[in-house]
Amino acid sequence: MNRTTIDFWVGIFVLIGIGAVVFLALRVGNLTSLTTTPSYRLEAHFDNIGGLKLRAPVKAAGVAVGRVDRIQLDPRSYEAVVTMRIDNGYQFSKDTIASILTSGLLGEVYIGLAVGGDPQMLADGGQIGKTQSAVVLEKLISQFMFDKASSAPAPAGAAK
Amino acid sequence: MPADALGRGVRRLGAGTINAVVRIGYAARFFVAILTHSPQSILRVGLTTREIYFAGVLSLVIILLSGLFVGMVLALQGFDVLEKYGAGDSLGVFVALSLVRELGPVVAGLLFASRAGSAITAEIGLMKTTDQLAAMEMMAVDPLSRIVAPRFWGGVISMPLLAALFSVMGVFGAYIVGVRLIGADSGTFWGNMRAGVGFWPDITNGIIKSCVFGVAVCLIAVFEGYTAKPTAEGVATATTRTVVIGSLAILALDFVLTVFMFRGMGAK
Amino acid sequence: MAHLKHRASSVAFDAQSANAVELKGVTFGYDRRRPVLAAIDMTIPRGKVVAIMGASGSGKTTILRLIGGQLRPVKGRVVVAGQSVADLDRAGLFGLRRRVGMLFQFGALFTDLTVFENIAFPMRELTDLPDELIRDLVLMKLNAVGLRGSAQLKPSELSGGMARRVALARAIALDPMLVMYDEPFAGLDPISLGVVGQLIRRMNDALGSTSVVVTHDIYESLKIVDYIYFVSEGRVIAKGTPDEVRASTDPFVRQFVDGEPDGPVPFHVRARPLAAEFAAHAG
Repeated sequence: MNRTTIDFWVGIFVLIGIGAVVFLALRVGNLTSLTTTPSYRLEAHFDNIGGLKLRAPVKAAGVAVGRVDRIQLDPRSYEAVVTMRIDNGYQFSKDTIASILTSGLLGEVYIGLAVGGDPQMLADGGQIGKTQSAVVLEKLISQFMFDKASSAPAPAGAAK
Repeated sequence: MPADALGRGVRRLGAGTINAVVRIGYAARFFVAILTHSPQSILRVGLTTREIYFAGVLSLVIILLSGLFVGMVLALQGFDVLEKYGAGDSLGVFVALSLVRELGPVVAGLLFASRAGSAITAEIGLMKTTDQLAAMEMMAVDPLSRIVAPRFWGGVISMPLLAALFSVMGVFGAYIVGVRLIGADSGTFWGNMRAGVGFWPDITNGIIKSCVFGVAVCLIAVFEGYTAKPTAEGVATATTRTVVIGSLAILALDFVLTVFMFRGMGAK
Repeated sequence: MAHLKHRASSVAFDAQSANAVELKGVTFGYDRRRPVLAAIDMTIPRGKVVAIMGASGSGKTTILRLIGGQLRPVKGRVVVAGQSVADLDRAGLFGLRRRVGMLFQFGALFTDLTVFENIAFPMRELTDLPDELIRDLVLMKLNAVGLRGSAQLKPSELSGGMARRVALARAIALDPMLVMYDEPFAGLDPISLGVVGQLIRRMNDALGSTSVVVTHDIYESLKIVDYIYFVSEGRVIAKGTPDEVRASTDPFVRQFVDGEPDGPVPFHVRARPLAAEFAAHAG
C-alpha cells in the first residue's frame, strides 16, 4: 500500500469522523440553540413542577420558544423556582400565565405560556406572576374520591 | 477423594487468581511503558497514520453498515413501544439517546475489538513468533516505540471517530425507517431529538466512553500480542483472548462509567 | 558511524582489540538446577569466521543471545570489543547493538516491508543519511547478495534461500564489526546453502568484520570457517580448525562429522530398561 494512498484515506477518515462529531453536536444535540441563539431569562414559581426536567421545552401556542435552564427550591416559601431561557425574538406580556403541561399520558413535560393582554412586556430576569402547577395524578384521584364521598365541590388544580 | 479434589480446586483457584493479578499488574506497567515510548509515534506521524489506516479506515465499512442496521431496528422497535404510550413523537430522542450514550460507543467498541483489536494482536504476535521483534531489538530499535506505541495510538485515535460515525449512521437509519417508511413526522423527529439530547453531557459522555473503550481495547490488543507465546497456537490463543477480554472490558467499563455519569447527571 | 542519530553512548568499544568476543566461565540457566550453559570459555578472534556447533537444544542460540546482551550470564563475563556486556546500561547496550549485525533463524524479515525497505530499515532508524544515499547503499548491499532485481518484492514472495540472503544483506547494512548468524543454513536446498555459506565468508573478508555462525551443518561449516567449537549439554567439548576436526579422533566429533545416530550423544532419551517397562505394564 502506497504511503500517499494511506495518508489520503486516513485524511478522509479523520475528516468524516470529525464531521460525525460536529453533526452529533449540531443536528442531534442542541449545541447551537445554547450558544448561537441569543436569549433572556424569565423566572416562575410553582407549587409543584411534577416531572419537569432541565432543558424541557417552553412553548407558546405549541411553538417552542425557549428551554428550562434551572430548577431550584425556594428555601423560604418551599416553592419550585424555574428559570427559563427564552429566545430573544419572543416577547411576553406581564400577565402571561405559565403552566406545566404534559404531551400525552406519558409524553414529555413542558412549560406552556399563555399570553395575556397587558401592553407591558417582561424583561430579562422578569418573573411570571401567574402559574399553574403540574397536574399530579394521585392528587386528582384522591380529590375525585373525596368529591364523591362528600359531594362538596372543590376547584381543580391550584390556581394562584 | 473429595477432600483431595476440593484441595486441588482451591489450589487451582488460588493459582488462577495470582496469575490474573500478576497479569493485570504487568499490563499496567506495560501501559506506562507504552506512554513513555510514545514520543516517537507522535513525532514520526507516518508511523501512526499507517496504523490509523489499518485500525480505522479498514473498520469503516463494518462500522457504518452496523450503525445503519442498528438504527433501523431501534426505530422499528422503539416506534412500536413508544406509540403504545402515545409518545411516538419521542422517537428521535429515544433513538439518539440510545445511540449516543450507549450503543454507539459500546457496539462500535465491540466491533472494533473483534475487527481491529484481533488484527493488532495477531500482527504483533506473529512478529514475535517470527523473531521480527527480537531482530529489531538486536538492531538497537526498540519495538515498543517502533511497533507497539504506533499501533496503540492508531487505535486510540480511531475508536472515538468510529463510535461517532456509528451513532450518525444509526440516526440516519432511524430517520429512514421512522420518517420515510413508518411515517413519523420529520420535523418532530429532528426537533424533539435536538430538544432532548444535550451536547453536554449526553454527547460528551458518549465521546468520553468511546475514548476509554479505545484505550482499553488497544492496550489489551497490544499487550496480548506482545506477551503471546511465540507459537502458532500461542498467537491464536492471544487473538481469541483479545476479543473475549476486550469485549468484557468494554461492557464492564460501560457499566462503571454509566454509574458515574448518571450520578453526575442526577446531582445537577 | 559518524551519522548515528541518537546520543552517542559514553561506552568506548575497542574495535581494534585482538578478540572480538570473549566468553570467560559463562554460566547461564533459567533455573538453578538445569543450567543451559555451564562455565563456557570461548574466544572469537577479530576478522575470523567461527562456528559454534552442537545438536539442537544444546544452548548454541543462548550463546548468541548472551553476546547480543538479550540475556545476562548468571556467572562469568561476556566481553565484546573489550567491553563487558553485563556492565552496559540500556544506552550502552543499544550502542553495542548498532555495531553488531544478526541474522536470525529463518531470516526474521519484516513481513510488512519490501525487500528494499527491510535493508533500509536499520539505516533509516539509526542514521540521518539522506534518502538518495540510503538508496545507493541498499542497492549495493542487494547487489552483493545478488538480489538487486528483487528490491520491490515482499518477503512472502521470496524463496527460503532468497529470504536468507536478504536477511544477510540487512544484517550487514550498517557495516557491523561483528555479525552473528543463527542457523543460517537451516531449511535450505543444497544450492542455496552453498550460496549463503560463500556469502558469509565473502562478506566477512570484504567488510573486515568478525562472524559467529551457530549451526549444526558440519559440511558447509568445514568449508568456510576458521575455527569450530562443539557444544553439548551446555559445555564446550571439542574445538579446533577444520583440518583438526577432520583428523580428530574424539568420539563426539566423529559422531558429529560422520553423522552416526548413536554415540556419545545417545539415540535413546534416558529411560529405564525396556524389559522393566514391559514388565511394569504386564504386572
